[in-house]
Amino acid sequence: MPQHVIHSRRILAEKVHEFWVEAPLIARKRKAGQFVIVRMNDRGERIPLTIASGDAERGLIRLIVQEAGKSTIEMGRLQVGDFFLDIAGPLGRPTHIETWGNLIAVAGGVGAAPLLPIVEAARAAGNRVHAIIGARSENLMILAEEYARHCHEVRLCSDDGSVGIKGLVTDCLRQWVSEGVQFNQSLIIGPVIMMRETAKVAKELGIPGQVSLNPIMIDGTGMCGACRVSVNGKTKFACVDGPEFDAWGVNFDELILRNRAYLRQEKIALDTMMDHECKIGLATGVAQ
Amino acid sequence: MTDAVENQEKQEKRVSKKHLPRTPMREQEAMERVQNYEEVPFGYSEAEAIAEAERCIICKNPKCVTACPVNIDIPSFIREVRDGNFEAAARILKDTNSLPAVCGRVCPQEDQCEKVCIEGIKHDPVAVGNLERFVADWEREHDKISIPEIPPPTGYKIAIVGSGPAGLTVAGDMAKQGHDVTVFEALHRPAGVLIYGIPEFRLPKLIVNAEVDYIRKLGAKFVMNTVVGVSITLDELFAEGYHAVFIGTGAGLPKFMNIPGENLVGVYSANEYLTRANLMGAMRFPEYDTPMRPSQHTVVVGGGNTAMDSARTALRLQKCRVSLVYRRSLQELPARVEEVHHAEAEGIEMHLLNNPVAILGNEQQEVTGIRCLRMELGEPDASGRRRPVEIKGSEFELECDTVIMAIGNDPNPVFTRATPGLKVSKWGTIIADEETGATSRPGVYAGGDIVSGAATVINAMGAGRKAANAMDTYVRSLAI
Repeated sequence: MPQHVIHSRRILAEKVHEFWVEAPLIARKRKAGQFVIVRMNDRGERIPLTIASGDAERGLIRLIVQEAGKSTIEMGRLQVGDFFLDIAGPLGRPTHIETWGNLIAVAGGVGAAPLLPIVEAARAAGNRVHAIIGARSENLMILAEEYARHCHEVRLCSDDGSVGIKGLVTDCLRQWVSEGVQFNQSLIIGPVIMMRETAKVAKELGIPGQVSLNPIMIDGTGMCGACRVSVNGKTKFACVDGPEFDAWGVNFDELILRNRAYLRQEKIALDTMMDHECKIGLATGVAQ
Repeated sequence: MTDAVENQEKQEKRVSKKHLPRTPMREQEAMERVQNYEEVPFGYSEAEAIAEAERCIICKNPKCVTACPVNIDIPSFIREVRDGNFEAAARILKDTNSLPAVCGRVCPQEDQCEKVCIEGIKHDPVAVGNLERFVADWEREHDKISIPEIPPPTGYKIAIVGSGPAGLTVAGDMAKQGHDVTVFEALHRPAGVLIYGIPEFRLPKLIVNAEVDYIRKLGAKFVMNTVVGVSITLDELFAEGYHAVFIGTGAGLPKFMNIPGENLVGVYSANEYLTRANLMGAMRFPEYDTPMRPSQHTVVVGGGNTAMDSARTALRLQKCRVSLVYRRSLQELPARVEEVHHAEAEGIEMHLLNNPVAILGNEQQEVTGIRCLRMELGEPDASGRRRPVEIKGSEFELECDTVIMAIGNDPNPVFTRATPGLKVSKWGTIIADEETGATSRPGVYAGGDIVSGAATVINAMGAGRKAANAMDTYVRSLAI
């Protein structure tokens, strides 16, 4: 009896898939900032995915997956009625939310997905929420409309200028501050390099904040320690101590290199899959 | 008193008459077995088992039974083996131990039942562990696993948190009483360290699965992917009608040494390394999706069974040079002697009296070596073992590309942190009564590594046994 059936799915942007999946316990329990560990099939990896939102009444959670390697490409092929074999969670500490006042949320690419529930929660706590959503180009930007609903003001930017301001999220942040707006707190989620650069600028501008880290994980409950990150010179386990940490204190360069640890093996896995599918394709072709 | 002495004298006489050597267990040749993941010792044949059983003098006051954490009736089951009644022997084992095929393989018998064996005073102790393994395997291989008659349902609901050795023991014991048992497990497969930690060549997963199946057949239900504390809280379990809860979440938070270079790419905790290999199937990558980085030289830091398991797994998975670095000497190695012998025979280099001080890396932050200090043994420390003392200026470097830290585990914090109102020690272990496992909260019991700190499978099972007894009395005192 599959427990985690996909109720609906759509493509949010190129290679970015949204799923609403059955997971009643998690839907009831999840808080902003938490994640789940997902395993697609009995040979699959355990992959951490942030919970983008949930519907406790219908027992559904919303997962947003960007194709990056074999497992996520396979996930992207799942259709309504298919299921994820295992989903465990909600894991990690929920976002620490205070009434900071003026808040700036900065999302890079698919980072807009995990940031959304945090923005909702921050808004509910009485903050004035501003958001910068950045993507390489318009076809890769996701959830901009939802941000517009939840934020006092949203600014978009893209590398190629196809949507919003032409430039990086850091340019956008500098610009906003130069207009005389004072931000008391920042929430930054996106690719690690984007988080590193944004945290650097935020520090320069004197804006403290949080980033949500996405290291390699296996169990997600503190057991393996694969997700070690350095924060203010101390080793932390992202799964049980995070995933959110002090933006000013994270050693992003270490995280970038740790996340590259299996690049070669990931390529082997992908090539093997493609090769296998090629052969199946050829065989069918011959039979026809 | 005099009776006991007389009794012992009689037994001694019998020993000297018999004076049989211990029946060795055949095993795969070292050079062959490193090429595969199959179990190393083959187990006894029926004839070997009977021969070994005949060495037991069936003491009237058997010390082995009290030395066993779950008090297996050892002389009785051995008597049945001696007489060729293997099925009857299995029934006796299963009376007190729901996981005999596991215990026969991974228990440190040399420190328990076999340590106090009368026969062992002058000769070799009876191979209780080997016999236990034989009986459990015989029962399974001959399809003789039978489910004892379960009393009618009591109506009491028991929740068990964690499906490792402690949780499985409680599950088995409670189900046998007719209680309604549900086991919650955070991972996607049951059995905790038996499945993610102990490798196939020491504990085949077929055997673990069969033992879990037996617990299931006793009536226990298993719910995977459920992290009690966060997916469902302790209060919610009680609100859902559970009458008692057992916490057996284990010591699942790997320790590191806090030396420079521990976050380099290529440094693993033993938990991560073993989990990748065992639970996630990295030994069959890319057929399975979870990879392992290739290695030319893997260094394992530590001297316990987990260190030996990691080193021997690396040997099989990477087909590479494997070294073990341990800061004390051979005598102090905490691993079972048998495992140290296996590791040495397979070609693992032992760098004893060496203490790592830093892990070295290149520009890509990949491991390139480990810097160690040579040590010598000084005065005994609090543990009674001689304290290793650094030899000044003795630093040296070992080139390697992988380092596995196998220096122990702290208690897993996920459940305790999410469960206020449960008394926890300063080390993060749950405070529980030694005899009953009762915690500071009525109806909540705990046992295994989450109480004791990292220990053995059988100690966790012993704690589970005691807690199960206390929980049975507790729930029966409640009105439904």
